[in-house]
Amino acid sequence: MASEVIEIVLPSVLQPLAAGNAVLAAAVEGPETVGTVLDSLSADYPVLARRLRDETGALRRFVNIYVDGSEVRRLDGLETPVRGGQEILIIQSVAGG
Amino acid sequence: MELMAGDEKYLLAIGTKKGLWLATSPDRKEWSFTGPHFLMSEIPSVGIDTRDGRTRIMVGVRSEHWGPTVAHSDDLGQTWTEPDNGAITFPEDTGAALERVWQIYPDKESRPGVVWAGAEPISVWKSTDGGEHFELNRGLWDHPHRSEWGAGYGGAAAHSIVVNPDGGQVHVAMSTGGVYRSLDGGTSWEARNKGISAYFMPDPNPEFGQCVHKIAADAAVDGRLYAQNHHGVYRTDDNGDTWESIAGGLPADFGFVMLTHPRREGTAWVVPLKADGERIPPDGKLAVHRTDDAGNSWTRLDSGLPDHEYNSILRDAASVDTAEPVGVYFGTRGGTVYASDDEGANFSEVAAHLPDVLCVRAAVISGAPAPVV
Repeated sequence: MASEVIEIVLPSVLQPLAAGNAVLAAAVEGPETVGTVLDSLSADYPVLARRLRDETGALRRFVNIYVDGSEVRRLDGLETPVRGGQEILIIQSVAGG
Repeated sequence: MELMAGDEKYLLAIGTKKGLWLATSPDRKEWSFTGPHFLMSEIPSVGIDTRDGRTRIMVGVRSEHWGPTVAHSDDLGQTWTEPDNGAITFPEDTGAALERVWQIYPDKESRPGVVWAGAEPISVWKSTDGGEHFELNRGLWDHPHRSEWGAGYGGAAAHSIVVNPDGGQVHVAMSTGGVYRSLDGGTSWEARNKGISAYFMPDPNPEFGQCVHKIAADAAVDGRLYAQNHHGVYRTDDNGDTWESIAGGLPADFGFVMLTHPRREGTAWVVPLKADGERIPPDGKLAVHRTDDAGNSWTRLDSGLPDHEYNSILRDAASVDTAEPVGVYFGTRGGTVYASDDEGANFSEVAAHLPDVLCVRAAVISGAPAPVV
C-alpha cells in the first residue's frame, strides 16, 4: 500500500525539540490513531514526545491536539482515528499566570 | 582539592516559579547573574554537585503545559542537557506519572556519582551516574503505608533526603507522611515520628501522617537530626527513634526551613513563620534564628533584613554553603533573596523582584568558567 502523510504542526515553543521543524510528516500506510502517530514521534524526537504525554501515555492536561480542526478530547481522545492527508495541530492551552 | 585564598568562587542557584537564575561571586558580596533559564517553567528543585572535579547543576523543571523533567549543566548554565527518555520517569507497572521533582540531593563526597531525588507523587529516587538517570526506590514506593500518605498544600511529595556518612542510614521526610528511616541503605523503611505532633489529625500522635516540612542532619553528631514540622521544631538524638521539641526560644514553631552547618556540631538555622493560618514572619518582622547548642537556645538574626516582610520562605528556598565562615542564603515568595557570609550575623539583599522563590542552593566552586552575562 502506498504511504500517505499526516502532517503534525507544532507550536513554536516545541520546534527546537523537533530539530527546528514547524511541521513534521508522519508516513502512514493505513488508518492510525492520534496516539499511534504520537508514538511514532518518540523514536526521532523523544523529548518532544515527553512534552506532550506523561509516562503513562496520557495527554498532558494543558496540551491540546486538533485533527483537522477538531479537538481530540471532544472526539475519542488519543484513540481518535487519523489518516493520510489529515493534519494534527498541537497547541498549548491558555493557562498559567 | 585544597582551595587557595582567592581561588574560591561561589555559586548561587535560585529556582523560582518562572525560571532559574544563577549567580557567581568571588567574595559573596558582589554577584553576577544569568537568567532566567527555563523561562516560564517553575524550578522546584536544584542540586549543585561539586564532586568529581566539576560543577554540575541539576534542576527539576516543571512546565504547566509540558510537564516535569530534570536537566543538568556542567558549564554554569551556558548549556543544558536533558536525557532523551527523562532522568526520572515512573516504571510502567506503577501506573504513575511524575508530577514534580522536589529535591535533588548529591550524596556524600565518598560516593561520587550518587544523587538522590525526592518527587511528587511521594517517591524517592537514586542515581549512580551523576543525576542523568534515576531509579525508583521500590522499598518506599511499595510501603504498606503508601495509600494513607496524603497531600499537603503544595502536593504530596518526598522533599527531604538525608544520608549518613557510611550510606547505611537514610532518612526521608514527606508531606504528609512524616519521617521514614532506612537502616539498609534504602531497601526497607520504617516510620520514625514518635514525638512529632500531627495536631491536625484525630490522633495527634500517630505512627505516621505528620506533615514534617524539612529535616536536616547534624554535621558532627551521629544519629542527631533536626526537623521543622507543621507547627513544631524537633531534634532527635537517637536516629529518629524519638523526637523532642526544641521550639522553646523561637518566636513561632511554624515554618518550612531547616538548615544545618556542614561541619559544626549543634548548629542549625530556621526561619519562623507565625502560624499555619498566618504564614508570614511573626509580626511581619523577618528573621532567621540560629542555634549553636542543638536547639537548647536560639539567636535572632535580622541584621540587613527589611523592616517589614509579609511573604513566606519555602522549605527549599534556603541553603548554606561550605565556606568558612558558612554562608546562609534564602529567598522569599516575594522574589527577594538574601545572603550572609557570616553564618547569618549580617544579611544583604542579592536579588529582588524575582518570581516566587521556590528553591535556593549555594556552593563553593573552583575552576569553573565565568558565566556569560
